Amino acid sequence: MITFDGVTKRYADGTVAVDDLSLEVPDGAITVFVGPSGCGKTTSLRMINRMIDPTGGRILLDGKDVTAVDPATLRRGIGYVIQQAGLFPHRRIVDNIATVPFLLGWDKKKARARAMELLERVGLDPKMARRYPYQLSGGQQQRVGVARALAADPPVLLMDEPFSAVDPIVRTSLQEELLRLQSELHKTIVFVTHDIDEAVKLGDTVAVLRVGGKLAQVAAPADLLSDPADDFVREFLGRDRGIRRLGFVPAKNLALDPAPEGVTPEGHGTFNPARDSLRAALDAALLSPDGLAVAVDDDGRVLGVVGEAALVGAARG
Amino acid sequence: MDEPLVRWDWIARNWDNGGPTSVKVLLENHIVMAFVPVIAGLLIAIPLGLACARYRWLYQPTVGIMNVVYSLPSLALFSILLSVTGLTQTTVIIPLTLFSLAVLIPAVVDGMQSVPDHVRQSAVAMGFQPMRRLTRVELPIAVPVVLAGLRVAAVSSISLVSVGALIGQGGLGYLFIDGWQRQFYTPIVVGIVLVVALALVADLVIIVAQRLLTPWSRRRA
Ligand SMILES: Nc1ncnc2c1ncn2[C@@H]1O[C@H](COP(=O)(O)OP(=O)(O)O)[C@@H](O)[C@H]1O
Ligand SMILES: [Mg+2]
Repeated sequence: MITFDGVTKRYADGTVAVDDLSLEVPDGAITVFVGPSGCGKTTSLRMINRMIDPTGGRILLDGKDVTAVDPATLRRGIGYVIQQAGLFPHRRIVDNIATVPFLLGWDKKKARARAMELLERVGLDPKMARRYPYQLSGGQQQRVGVARALAADPPVLLMDEPFSAVDPIVRTSLQEELLRLQSELHKTIVFVTHDIDEAVKLGDTVAVLRVGGKLAQVAAPADLLSDPADDFVREFLGRDRGIRRLGFVPAKNLALDPAPEGVTPEGHGTFNPARDSLRAALDAALLSPDGLAVAVDDDGRVLGVVGEAALVGAARG
Repeated sequence: MDEPLVRWDWIARNWDNGGPTSVKVLLENHIVMAFVPVIAGLLIAIPLGLACARYRWLYQPTVGIMNVVYSLPSLALFSILLSVTGLTQTTVIIPLTLFSLAVLIPAVVDGMQSVPDHVRQSAVAMGFQPMRRLTRVELPIAVPVVLAGLRVAAVSSISLVSVGALIGQGGLGYLFIDGWQRQFYTPIVVGIVLVVALALVADLVIIVAQRLLTPWSRRRA
């Protein structure tokens, strides 16, 4: 667990980048720091691995003040991923991934074997191993960045707008990849972004920061969308909060009616109650001419139907 | 009688005639006087350049001094040094070392600046200590820019050695004076061809070294 205890950072020029931040980052979950540009997200993140030291307050990693730990030692135990990936241009992909194991003095063969394992784990072709970073696309470089951060199996991962510089389609696949990896690895992840949609998609917890480095609200995504703490958060969340919140409500509790004679998945919007959200169910109803969302199981068998009125009722909770 | 541009028999007789002005000896001297300054310059420029890259306030004064030195006529420097080091190769080597510094110090500084900030930051974040970061990350990435500077330094050093002939230490430059004084073109042509060949070979060697040392740098189309 990472604890921010009244943390303040005032730069030499007087800028207060982070102002009295107190926050707990739970183990094994993704905590997102989100907020407009300049609100102190990067500063907050970098105080965790001591790339920046706070001017007030303390940051505890598993109860221990990070400023008491040698910076290089601390950093080798914390994965770090940034926007431009920060890969070493002069090292092959396999050696980029093995950077921290090399620093830790692992045997070369073991380090490279570990790197190859991670290369596949992040969804890259092992053929990429011998390439140099310039021979990879932006999205592939970002995957290598994630693999590199994971190489020495650190319990903590810091990610600073890692997917901001890639195009939307690649970004979506990288986000899904991260969620898939996290479901296997259960790292303690602090993820920084200025994109609220990314924040609510990835975060188990979302911390909204406002300019001046003050914490505006900490909440689970669904709670953030339904109960913004103030006007700033409401405005930052943007439009369609009601609809977007439904994306976090599972559809599995919907009461299904038996499917009327002749109602088939063809010509109707469908959803899978075991996997989909209420938002997907409502969308399915809107796509059906008769307003019935058809529930199907993994094999495409019809389980029943839900009408628009019932869906709106469920959405109101 | 029509004098040919090149008298091949002169070349055959003077290539290796055992005397101090045989073409072979001049070529050897030329190589020594051209390359010692470049190598010495590189060895001095790396620490100075790193200091300038690290302490930015050093950079402008250093470049200023180097540019003043660079603007001095080489012959003037040779003359000043004559009273100290006499009619030796050192009298040529010292000024040429200074000239190569004027090219190589900025090259080292530019090379360090060519390291992208996000690469430097990620090295810090992964737990590189400063010295290791310098030797394993920053310097290797600076190599292409430094080698580009080295090409310029090497070629200009090769050409500048010739001026030393005016104080009796000019390697192939002797051929130009000799030919001029006797209105005899063969030595001049031989001198030009050898100086140009030397410059081309040096340039090629550095290009090949760059290819081998930095297979990772983006190939230009
Ligand atoms: N080294 C620095 N010196 C002075 N001010 C800084 C420095 N780094 C960041 N800042 C300022 O601190 C504030 C927060 O910066 P940052 O943490 O980078 O924000 P974010 O990552 O949310 O965009 C900004 O106003 C920024 O200009
Ligand atoms: Mg930032």
